[in-house]
Amino acid sequence: MSSTIQSRLMLPRRSFPAKGSESGIWIAMFAITMSFAAFTSALFIRQASTDWTHIAAPPILFASTAVLLMSSLMMELSRREVTAHSSSDINTNRKASALAAATLLLGIAFVGGQYLVWTKLAAQGLYLATNPNSSFFYLLTGVHALHVIGGIVALAYLLAHLVLRSPVRRNLVNGVVIYWHFMTALWLYLLVVICVRL
Amino acid sequence: MEEALKSQGPVHAPPEGFLRKWVFSLDHKVIGKQYYALALVSVFVGMVLSWLMRFHLVWPNTKIPGLELIAKTGAPGGIITPEYYLSLLTMHGTLMVFFVLTNAPFAGFGNYFLPIQIGAEDMAFPRFNMMSFWTTFVAFVVLIAAFFIPDGPPISGWTAYAPLSAVGKDAGPGLGWGQNLWVISIGIFCIGQLLGSLNFIATTLDLRAKGMTLMRMPISTWAWFITSSIGLLAFAVLLPACLLLLLDRMAGTSFFIPSGLVVSDRLQNHAGGSPLLWQHLFWFFGHPEVYIAILPAVGIVSHVLTNSLRKPLLSAKVIIYSMMSIGFLSWMVWGHHMFVSGMNPFSSLLFSFPTLTITIPATIITLIWLGSLYGANIQINAASFFALGFISMFVSGGVSGFFLAQPSIDIYLHATYFVVGHFHMVMGVAAIFAIFSGTYFWFPKMTGRMMNETLGMLHFWITFVGTCCIFMPFHYLGLVGNVRRYSSFVDDFMPALMPLHKFITIAALTTGAAQFIFLFNLIYSRFRGKPASANPWRGTSLEWSIPSPPPWNNFGGVHPVVYHDPHQYGVKGSTGDFVMQTSPEQILNE
Repeated sequence: MSSTIQSRLMLPRRSFPAKGSESGIWIAMFAITMSFAAFTSALFIRQASTDWTHIAAPPILFASTAVLLMSSLMMELSRREVTAHSSSDINTNRKASALAAATLLLGIAFVGGQYLVWTKLAAQGLYLATNPNSSFFYLLTGVHALHVIGGIVALAYLLAHLVLRSPVRRNLVNGVVIYWHFMTALWLYLLVVICVRL
Repeated sequence: MEEALKSQGPVHAPPEGFLRKWVFSLDHKVIGKQYYALALVSVFVGMVLSWLMRFHLVWPNTKIPGLELIAKTGAPGGIITPEYYLSLLTMHGTLMVFFVLTNAPFAGFGNYFLPIQIGAEDMAFPRFNMMSFWTTFVAFVVLIAAFFIPDGPPISGWTAYAPLSAVGKDAGPGLGWGQNLWVISIGIFCIGQLLGSLNFIATTLDLRAKGMTLMRMPISTWAWFITSSIGLLAFAVLLPACLLLLLDRMAGTSFFIPSGLVVSDRLQNHAGGSPLLWQHLFWFFGHPEVYIAILPAVGIVSHVLTNSLRKPLLSAKVIIYSMMSIGFLSWMVWGHHMFVSGMNPFSSLLFSFPTLTITIPATIITLIWLGSLYGANIQINAASFFALGFISMFVSGGVSGFFLAQPSIDIYLHATYFVVGHFHMVMGVAAIFAIFSGTYFWFPKMTGRMMNETLGMLHFWITFVGTCCIFMPFHYLGLVGNVRRYSSFVDDFMPALMPLHKFITIAALTTGAAQFIFLFNLIYSRFRGKPASANPWRGTSLEWSIPSPPPWNNFGGVHPVVYHDPHQYGVKGSTGDFVMQTSPEQILNE
């Protein structure tokens, strides 16, 4: 191969394509959806048994739902603040940081609320192994809470960047925001399952 | 874009220091080799386990020296107990399916070659990639640990059917902590595979070089891409299943354990669970897993064959579409593992139909390979022979699938050696042949040295004849009613089968021993092999456009541009009978 062809072939490498975390989050969402679909089908098969009962959803659940919805709203407002500016000053916005911080606090409050729900149930004598309904309740809320905690860690990382005004990639912001909304949507689905089926 | 240029240099810094270079490497090539090495260790452990089983089947009272040191209760005085036979069987299946057939063709070769074949510098998430390997490694250590605990490895098979796997140590040896370790190991393995699959998909979607359209990707890349899509969803189901099983075992829940179950004269403190639920969840993962093992093999073989035949396959596109349909159909067939499980007989019919349908794309792929042989100038070497051997195994093993897919025939053949012969040929041996083919083909790229062809051919012929001698008779054994998983044959009609069993055992020992030729070749060639050029096989795809072995950033910091699909063989190019994907030259009648 002659050197002229060589030089035509070898253009300078573009920057590393910037979609990374955003597509990663979309792909992860497929996997998480699949896992919860597996839990749901397990629930449908298990409820055919004679020992299937009913547990009343503790009212705190609805309060924490409101908290999570609120956090999603904050997250969205924060995203709009961050991306409203041109990419060069993507991180120079105090309002965005404040909204993201509010999201973070509301997220922590949601997980705290779930913990309260678990202690309430335990006080009623409903533990993980008490009956199939309580098993599924702890399972679904527990696995969801773990995923929310993952989101909180990612959000804290993003917030640190926003507060310290260090450069942050747009796709990282989008990735965290999409995941956060997904957690809210997943929770709404689980709430329906809990109210209707458990 | 300008800002992005400033903030993002290469995907990661050049590796420095021993740990970053060889242990916690972010380089997809090192990670690919790590997966391959892990698979190599696993396959030899798994093979020794199968030797022990075969040996015990035909010489049940002969001592195996040294075995009592590892298994004090399982093999007192070096003689395997029936329970320990089941432990060996469980560990053999688990190691081979998860740590060999998933790790080598998919995670191993995929990691090494997928980014290069699409012209990327590395995976989309190099840190996740490193984590996925080390997670898998921890899973391996946890699984192997089961050999060294007093309880021993579990006896519930690689499918871990509940309630046997769920009730705990009452049910038999290895079902205490042995089974716990198994569940934890597979759970961890799922996490590693999920991270890996996510990476493969994101890399393929986001990081293709300029000109690398989806249809210009080599068939191997397509296979890894489709496989990772299956893996992402399949392991996302096995992970919850493992969690439920672990909760049944450790937290007292009853997902899988039915009411009133008495084990070892003790009423189990569980109620209402469904053993069938485990089978549904497991096989919903388990059948796609078969394609996770075989699709990368199909991809590797197609890639090698296109090169060895020196002409394009009859239709690469149809192979790709067929692989997609196999991937899609793989979600609808899990019930064919459960024809005799007691589920509704009508659902057997529903599962039988897509199972038979899935043979159509598989047959199309096979016919394309065979048809492409016509008029080909086939290159005689170990890589192409193993690729042809793969087709032979895939067809031989696949044909018995037609029978097993029909519930009425499966009722007779279920849990016999016929099934064992079927899946060993179509999934086990075939995929292993593809791994060998890939190894002989890509070794020069991975190490910069050629493998010894004479040893390679010797290895091929012994392995090919040997595996036929082992697994063909399995079908006969199954037809005459020889059940699987029994450690000894005491039924009236079984002693007549002993000579055949002895023949199989001798074939297994010989074929296994021949694998040391391969191991020797691998190690010897790594250090003493003939130096390889950048493109020793006159290939077209991107991996052959860079030095052997490739530099840490694959393309030396520049961005390759792709002008053709990778099937330009048998054409008149400036370099011979092929035109590389990166060559801007015009090809007539393209």
